[in-house]
Amino acid sequence: MSALAARAKLPRSTMLRSLALVVLVGVVLLIVSYQLGPFDDLQLANGAFYFAVLAGLTMLAGLSGQISLGHGALMAVGAYTVALLIGNEGWAVVPALAAATLVTAIVGVPVGVAASRLRGPYLAGATLAFAVGLPAVADKFSGTFGGENGLSINPPTPPSFLGASFSIEQWEAWIACAGALVVLFVLWNLTQSGLGRSMRAVRDEEIAAALCGLRVGRTQAFAFTVSAACAGLGGGLLALVLQLAQPGAFPLQLSLSLLTGIVVGGLGSLAGAAWGAAVLVLLPRWTNDLAHSFSLSNNVSSNLPLAIYGVVLIGAMLVWPSGIQGGVRALVGWALRARSSREKD
Amino acid sequence: MTKFIDLTLNGISTGAIYAAVALSLVLIWRATRIVNFAQGAMLMFTTFIASAVINSTGSYVLGLLVALASGLVLGAVVERVVMRPVESAPPLNAVIVALGVYTLLVAVAGMIWGNTPRSFPAAFSLRGYEVGGTRLLFSPNDSFIVLVVIAAALGLALLFQRTSLGLRMRAAAFQPEVARMLGVRVGQMFTVGWALAAVAGSLAGVLVAPSVFLGPNDFDPILIIGFVAAVLGGLDSPPGAVVGGLLAGLALSYVSGYEGSSLVPLAALVLLVAVLMVRPGGLFSASKERRV
Repeated sequence: MSALAARAKLPRSTMLRSLALVVLVGVVLLIVSYQLGPFDDLQLANGAFYFAVLAGLTMLAGLSGQISLGHGALMAVGAYTVALLIGNEGWAVVPALAAATLVTAIVGVPVGVAASRLRGPYLAGATLAFAVGLPAVADKFSGTFGGENGLSINPPTPPSFLGASFSIEQWEAWIACAGALVVLFVLWNLTQSGLGRSMRAVRDEEIAAALCGLRVGRTQAFAFTVSAACAGLGGGLLALVLQLAQPGAFPLQLSLSLLTGIVVGGLGSLAGAAWGAAVLVLLPRWTNDLAHSFSLSNNVSSNLPLAIYGVVLIGAMLVWPSGIQGGVRALVGWALRARSSREKD
Repeated sequence: MTKFIDLTLNGISTGAIYAAVALSLVLIWRATRIVNFAQGAMLMFTTFIASAVINSTGSYVLGLLVALASGLVLGAVVERVVMRPVESAPPLNAVIVALGVYTLLVAVAGMIWGNTPRSFPAAFSLRGYEVGGTRLLFSPNDSFIVLVVIAAALGLALLFQRTSLGLRMRAAAFQPEVARMLGVRVGQMFTVGWALAAVAGSLAGVLVAPSVFLGPNDFDPILIIGFVAAVLGGLDSPPGAVVGGLLAGLALSYVSGYEGSSLVPLAALVLLVAVLMVRPGGLFSASKERRV
């Protein structure tokens, strides 16, 4: 059966199709989480909250054409909201995460409106200053935000019907994966909708889009707000998984590695965001293992993971300019062409 | 009043260093439309080389010259080897490659010189001048910094406006196709632009090193404020970089003097947003037509 015929059997409606995929991925993740040990479950949870942030960021950069170096700070907003609501107010996990998403979206509105006036490196500079400047707020109001030490929260307890041997790590992985799946569902439907089309039009030809009656600034501000909401949810999940929200967890390097994730994964596609999340979680682990498999002097072995990371970034961009997803797409296209030419013979 | 004068003088000398960093970013942006996030690591690396030379020979001047020369080579090599392939790729790819270069240089510096920060000698005395019995927060070394940066900025302005190399570089940056037809070797001009920018950066590194400690990550804040300064002035304008650098230096000096240094990053954000909301292309931006 050819790929086209298989595609025709799928449901027509985008919403049903994405729902089917979300359920499928959810079931796979559920099974996988039972196979993993506590440490790997935690890594899965890390990958899931990275995915939530990267998906929003890749939609912003790939679809709306805006670059943001400030998403680490937006994650901090979500994380602190969750820590304050759960730690001080005793909220349940789901409403706290919903509130984190909402609060970060509200913070994202003025940032997005300001960002819609800026282009390219000027936008990069402003969002960079945002990423560096916002953690200073936590320092200034240390009474509320706990200063350098931040706020710690108790880990979420798994419900009793899952059995006594059900680990906290696995429960955290479930929560984080559920959050990531919500982001996947919402963003998939959004990008296929009229709003997604408006964003692409604004990205490709700003003035032509304006002439067609699209409000360029408003569309860009909307895209920024949605991606801020995703970052808020991701940050809230991070606070749950790390059981902590502190300024040191959101350095500028976090924002830069988010950017690295979406570009190395493949800009503009949700699959690319998934690749990027995998890279962000697995690459540091692999470089660490690799570096410690040699016996080297302390200075060298403690810096080797960083060096490998740098070489991989440079190499990946030179070999796959359109990211891992672009490389996969090219490979699949090549395989399909090879097969169809064989069938003709 | 003395405090205000002190903060102003301090702002001018730190502003001069931000201006040098901003200049190095502007030069690369003009030549290749890339924001060089690796600049902070590049100037860290050349400053480490200077430190090694000064420690073994005892000569500050020799160390400074070696730093500038190694900056020249490093800039040219980075452009030619890793940046050239991504110059025609989507803009974010160049950003990621620059981050890769940054990470690699920080790691290599850590491997060679270790991660413990060390001190770096100043060219002149760090004791402030004495005027009418009060000691100012401005030392002979600060005058050296300001003068060297002014000289570097003037030298670059002369190079771009008065020499044939400068004309070719400007042509390659603004009209690569036409310049190529007229016989300018555009790729070579890009390499020269990166090399010059790295020299400006390594100058900033040696100048700032005495007041911060020298370690693999200790120059990151300088690069961040330098980038803010470049954006303030407008990335296409070298005079804008100098003005942006001084503006950032003064503003941040007042904030840290009167309100405490923890507010400096927030103040940089407020300053940048305030300027960009009025002039989205920086202070010295030329009004540009947009085409469909």
